[in-house]
Amino acid sequence: MTTNIILAGVGGQGILSIANVIGIAALKDNLYLKQAEVHGMSQRGGDVQSNLRISDSPIASDLIPYGGADIIISLEPMESLRYLPFLSKKGWVVTNTNPFINIQNYPDMKEVMQELEKIDNLVAFDMDLIAKKIGSPRSSNMVLLGAASPFLGLPFDLIDEGISKFFDSKGNKIVDLNLKSFRAGKNEALNFIKERNLSKL
Amino acid sequence: MKNKTKRLLLGDEAFALGAINAGLSGAYAYPGTPSTEILEFIQSDNIAKQRKIHNAWSTNEKTAMEEALGMSFCGKRAIVAMKHVGMNVAADPFVNSAMTGANGGLLVVAADDPSMHSSQNEQDSRFYGDFAMVPVLEPSNQQEAYDMAKYGFELSEKEGIPVLIRFVTRLSHSRAVVDVDKDPLPENPLHYPENKQQWVLMPASSRRRNKKLVSDFVDFQKISESSPYNFVEDGKDKSLGIVVSGIAYNYLKEAFNNQVPYPVVKISQYPLPVKQISELFDNCDSVLILEEGQPFIEKKIRGELDNHLKPVYGKLSGEVERTGELTPDLIKEAIIKIKDENCGIEKPEKKEIPSIVANRPPALCQGCGHRDVFQALNEALEEYPSPKVFGDIGCYTLGYLSPFSAIDTVVDMGASITMAKGAADAGQHPSVAVIGDSTFTHSGMTGLLDAVNENSPMTVIITDNLTTGMTGGQDSQGTGKLEEICLGIGVDNEHLKTITSHPNNVEEMKKLFKEEFDYPGLSVIISRRECIQTARRKAKSNANSNS
Repeated sequence: MTTNIILAGVGGQGILSIANVIGIAALKDNLYLKQAEVHGMSQRGGDVQSNLRISDSPIASDLIPYGGADIIISLEPMESLRYLPFLSKKGWVVTNTNPFINIQNYPDMKEVMQELEKIDNLVAFDMDLIAKKIGSPRSSNMVLLGAASPFLGLPFDLIDEGISKFFDSKGNKIVDLNLKSFRAGKNEALNFIKERNLSKL
Repeated sequence: MKNKTKRLLLGDEAFALGAINAGLSGAYAYPGTPSTEILEFIQSDNIAKQRKIHNAWSTNEKTAMEEALGMSFCGKRAIVAMKHVGMNVAADPFVNSAMTGANGGLLVVAADDPSMHSSQNEQDSRFYGDFAMVPVLEPSNQQEAYDMAKYGFELSEKEGIPVLIRFVTRLSHSRAVVDVDKDPLPENPLHYPENKQQWVLMPASSRRRNKKLVSDFVDFQKISESSPYNFVEDGKDKSLGIVVSGIAYNYLKEAFNNQVPYPVVKISQYPLPVKQISELFDNCDSVLILEEGQPFIEKKIRGELDNHLKPVYGKLSGEVERTGELTPDLIKEAIIKIKDENCGIEKPEKKEIPSIVANRPPALCQGCGHRDVFQALNEALEEYPSPKVFGDIGCYTLGYLSPFSAIDTVVDMGASITMAKGAADAGQHPSVAVIGDSTFTHSGMTGLLDAVNENSPMTVIITDNLTTGMTGGQDSQGTGKLEEICLGIGVDNEHLKTITSHPNNVEEMKKLFKEEFDYPGLSVIISRRECIQTARRKAKSNANSNS
């Protein structure tokens, strides 16, 4: 089985950290993995995305074809919409709803939410707010990873281990805050799915 | 697989580790997307540190190439890494290194950037390999990137020739699990070339060497034909044969869910394996060529006269998109165009991007000192009827975009100074060059000498952030030395000014800029403040080490 993931956001928001944690977890699970990243000029506040593919058999392409993504994970609501051509029919969009506005022509948030609500399989909430409540405003990316975790086909405890390993050099306090954010994101997503009567898979 | 272990690595990192494990002694590079991570990996690797493998950044790609050639002369294994346009800077020593040949294994890595994610053109480095008559390796995945370091060193030493390794962005910057050796090979001992004449490129010895190189190139083709990286996969449907190189092979596999019905010749080593390609032509009714970048293989196969009895499809005939990166979808489209809807490829159901989604171009960071330079510059230039600002390559290239719209030209590393001089020669006033510190030492300072010698009426603003910013904050060769360099080149002390780039300082910057615009000779203004990204990282790592 292959899980195709598109990670989206704005340069500097921390999507590569999410990708790296998933990568560590997939490696521990002895899975094959391909992860195409964006480095260079776009990282300066432009739109960035990463293609992440996890499989139990070898993967040929680093890039996901149109209609091939099982899930779009986005740190920014408008950015999640940019990659809809890649979403598969039954694919999920898991996105932060707090906008990152660094351009003058950012659309009206009402319209952004309307577009998001057109997606059948949607998990959308304010991840920055949850990270703030935990007292770790910089770990909204781990809240997002938590929210996406039911769809990744990876055991939760391995993602936990991935987070511990990834943040290890920054000390126990940072590791704990990121683990807490991850779990809060997961719980919030499960509640969201339950409230809306969405079936998980 | 007892001596192997698994690691998750970028294509760039896989190659770097492959080189270390194959007995590398020195790595040379100038930062450039998508090649930067090669030297960065070597700087952070423990074995490389223990062995004191050379890992400092060079001033530019030409100096890097020559330094690596010097190490190869002494019998040691060396790599030099650069982005594709860096090959233009290193072209002189690169092409001539085919004439000297290599003693210790010498691998030249050129990382191409199709789609221009972070570049000004889409040039394809395989043409350089063909032009210089050296073998070229084009890894198609991260494992090949790792394995080809050792294979490349052995090829280089056996044939006595530098080997060009061609990367593309999607391999450089994509991660995968790679089987790597646990134990590195020993480094080569110091030893010198047997043929001493070959390293002195005077006409008489060059003429001899040229004949030899031309005949060696025929051998390189034979080696390609038996290379493990070039292989044939048969297919039942002979109505189409496919020649596919590098990472395009992966997209082809993806397009057919790993079940390609047509015969395939996969290429990752050049010169082209003509034998396998001829056989494909004999066995199939038509041939499709899939390659990332410019139509290098297609041009070779098609020739200018294009008098084949069988159809050849590719970028030149229009079935494959001529510019930009390949994707699995573009390959699907090409095959559907050539065959029909029933060729076994599923057309994807594709949702549209909602019309409200706005473009989000990159921008200078909030709080970046380049912003202060452009604000002051724009205000200072307001009173002149037709000022022109010649820009350069780096974060400050973004000064072209809104809200600053401050730059009239961006061409290549260092061109700001020399183009401003040419404009001043033409009578342009004010003629202003804006260049970063690292770009200045890379290729700006040589041109500055031209302006000094003629005291050209122009103003050079070196916007010094004490680092190579755009590629992520590598050491800049001129840090702490810019004033001395300018004075040494001969800039008039009276018109060499230093100021701090800061929002509180914009009025003062503006005043200084105007004064120097009105001076009818050469002025250099160094406007300085540390890159906020590197400053933040330093503050963080200090906080971590104190806690």
